[in-house]
Amino acid sequence: MTDHVELRPGAYADSVTLLQVSRDVQGTPGVLTAQVAMATPLNLEVLEGLGFDVPEASPNDMVVALRLGEDGDLDQALAAVDRALAPARGPSGAREEQPPRTTAAALAGRPGLALVSVPGPSALVEAMDALDAGCDVMVFSDHVPLEQEVALKRVAAERQLLVMGPDCGTAVVGGVGLGFANTTRPGPVGIVAASGTGCQQLLALLDHAGVGVGSALGVGGRDLSAEVGGLATLEALRRLDADDEVDLIVLVSKPPADEVAARVEEYAAGLATPVEMALLGPGRPDLTAAAERVLARLGSDVPTWPVEGSTREGSGGLVRGLFVGGTLCSEAGLIAGGEGHTFVDFGDDDYTEGRAHPMIDPTLRLEHLRRAAADPETGVLLLDVVLGHGAEPDPAAGLAPVLADLDVPVVVSVVGTGLDPQDRPRQVSALVAAGAEVHLSNASATRRALEIGGGGR
Amino acid sequence: MKAPDRVVAAGADLLAEAVAGQAVEVERVAWRPPMAGTEADLAVVAADPRRHDANRRAVEAMLGVTAHLVDVAPAAEVVGLERGQFLHAGPPITWDRASGPLRGALLGGAVLEGLAEDPDSAMALLERGDGVSLEPCHHRGAVGPMAGVVTPSMWMFVLEDPATGRRTHCTLNEGLGKVLRYGAYGPEVLERLRWMSEVLGPLLQAAVRQTGPVDVTGILTQMLQMGDEAHNRNRAGTLMLLRDLSPAMVTSGFDGADVAEALRFMGGNDHFFLNLAMPACKLALDAGRDVPGSTMVVAMARNGTDFGIQVSGTGDEWFTGPAQLADGLFLGDFGPEDANPDIGDSAITETAGIGGFAMATAPAIVRFVGGSVPDALATTRRMHEITLAENPRWSVPVLDFQGVPTGIDVTRVCRTGILPQINTGMAGKEAGVGQVGAGLVTPPAEIFPQALARLAELARRASA
Repeated sequence: MTDHVELRPGAYADSVTLLQVSRDVQGTPGVLTAQVAMATPLNLEVLEGLGFDVPEASPNDMVVALRLGEDGDLDQALAAVDRALAPARGPSGAREEQPPRTTAAALAGRPGLALVSVPGPSALVEAMDALDAGCDVMVFSDHVPLEQEVALKRVAAERQLLVMGPDCGTAVVGGVGLGFANTTRPGPVGIVAASGTGCQQLLALLDHAGVGVGSALGVGGRDLSAEVGGLATLEALRRLDADDEVDLIVLVSKPPADEVAARVEEYAAGLATPVEMALLGPGRPDLTAAAERVLARLGSDVPTWPVEGSTREGSGGLVRGLFVGGTLCSEAGLIAGGEGHTFVDFGDDDYTEGRAHPMIDPTLRLEHLRRAAADPETGVLLLDVVLGHGAEPDPAAGLAPVLADLDVPVVVSVVGTGLDPQDRPRQVSALVAAGAEVHLSNASATRRALEIGGGGR
Repeated sequence: MKAPDRVVAAGADLLAEAVAGQAVEVERVAWRPPMAGTEADLAVVAADPRRHDANRRAVEAMLGVTAHLVDVAPAAEVVGLERGQFLHAGPPITWDRASGPLRGALLGGAVLEGLAEDPDSAMALLERGDGVSLEPCHHRGAVGPMAGVVTPSMWMFVLEDPATGRRTHCTLNEGLGKVLRYGAYGPEVLERLRWMSEVLGPLLQAAVRQTGPVDVTGILTQMLQMGDEAHNRNRAGTLMLLRDLSPAMVTSGFDGADVAEALRFMGGNDHFFLNLAMPACKLALDAGRDVPGSTMVVAMARNGTDFGIQVSGTGDEWFTGPAQLADGLFLGDFGPEDANPDIGDSAITETAGIGGFAMATAPAIVRFVGGSVPDALATTRRMHEITLAENPRWSVPVLDFQGVPTGIDVTRVCRTGILPQINTGMAGKEAGVGQVGAGLVTPPAEIFPQALARLAELARRASA
């Protein structure tokens, strides 16, 4: 077994591309482990955890770490790295036809909606290019400082432009999904979401109830804070109110700052379109209850939310929630209350610096999953699997084999629709076969986990 | 809401693919991390509420200028240069740091002005610094090619913006080979300079005054369509100037042999028009100066030791770093070891969007400056990445008449790491040698983060 570690200063590729490169190279004969990543502190920690000896590096360096078996050939492995990296550089060929290097250059003379997912410290600059070109922008990037968000949204408000984000995971604009968005049929509901997976939960529940969503505008989790003042929320409400096809607007958010809530509620009350508030918080209704209220207001029947499979018998103990969806994680925490249960959001900034979101890269959560299952205090595992555009193409393929090996009960919410590229029924079957109980509603999955765990000790 | 017609995606390719998979046109930005350590300053400057409008105003002011040749007169008259005062190219510098070609030109200039009898005593005078002073051309409304040395008796073109009456100036071009601007100062160099002051200058003055203002900006428009990029190739421009001035030169009443010699000199010097292109560019860029919050570069200049830039939003401050060696072709037996680092105010042409920025329009010279035709097209396209505008007046036929990339943006240089491409001549590093070659050069990268840091500091101060 031999390790090869090299730094490539000045080379760059986004974390998702590097994840794919690592996987491709890992599939090369004789390669036991391949990690190609930007040298962020988190990634260096992961490499050390894998036993690699990495020299001093800056986050702007690319690290190529390879572990070869007896039959491994370093030249072949490196050739595989270069092959896998090559397409990430975009189409080669005509030297004079290079792709634009900035959002400004790409928008020059040709407007469009900008979708920014560059590392957080550089996101404002690209997003500002869009506003300067008179275009709306979705900022998927996280790690954007709060004052930069405020600066962007002030400029946008002056120009009646919409900044979705930063840290906006999900949006649907006129039926086109951006970021992690579920495929839903068009319909009378418009969503304004300060919460990505909260929005996805609503899309999934409404779709199951046969109600379509025309647009879902993400505004980023901090939009309703006192600092940002709901600037994007107000613009999103204005846009949806002006849309003839929207009969009901739903505003999904964690609890807003009081003065912002008052301003937004006042604004919403003045709109021609009714606005249903779905604000998560202690003592407030969960997302599933919000979806039920929406259905009632539209005069639609509330269906029975599906539950499939059944899990092992529990012997009591704490709930360990391991989530990829931030809002789903908060919702579970709110439902469970205190009592020693733990809920971890792997999409949190601490786990994503220089790494792809866990909805794309399951590595970190799978690692923690094995550890949590081995902990004798763990009574039941609670997980979410979030489907849609942009998310892992087949999450159950990685998760089910791990679950099948466990002997603790597992409850999973699979948030998605039958039209999603991952095909929800297929994902559900694989997880059920691995011994999990699968819900569509995260709230009901959480209650079920608490029931199995016996409500804690 | 309407579905987007087009999505521009910067960042994770997977997200772009997911949109493309929904049958929406997606354009991907080939994003790369910015120059090291610039993220925070970039965000501050991008968020500066003055920036967008300031850059628009700076660009409009620059594009609104037309440069007319209105007079030819001695430097003593038009820029107020006094005995012992020398102008030079680039940011400020002192004799002790001056490079060979700048020293050579100063030696020649001192002898020309009668400050010293010969180059040796001129050397002693300049080392002592008694009664002599050095000052950048840019500080007196002038630009100088290569060493850019101007002395009081040298005649200068006077360019004026008719809308505002603002003026810029440049000496008359001496030709190629052993010439003062490349640091040569031998007897034939001084003899030519004297002839220029005694015959050529007065003759051109008479011709210009009789002909009336010559539209230099208009000639630039035409020459860019005739294969000149107006920095290293000015053949069409020179001939158009001759066409405009020669009738008045012939009827000026000057001695016929002198007129013939002047016409032969101008027509035989393909670079004669460069000394009009440069002040025309400076006249336009000066109009874009001093707009608070603007990130537009208004001057790039080198003195053979330092490369400096000035930026609209930072006033008269120079941001400097070491001048680089050009990459290109050498004359005769000269080689890279003979060349001095980059020198001259002529990068004002690139600052205005011509020269290296208009390489695509000048396929005839691409090999002289060390490139191929596809490289030339790629260069002009690449410069669009770092500029704020296209100049509608100056267009490139082979790029479907797209305007030249104009108005270098400090932030875009820092974001992309793409450095302005400059076409340049190479002076011998020893004083007295003259030209040794021509090629391509870029500014030292670090001066852009320097300028950015200052812009960020000013933006923070403005918002405080």
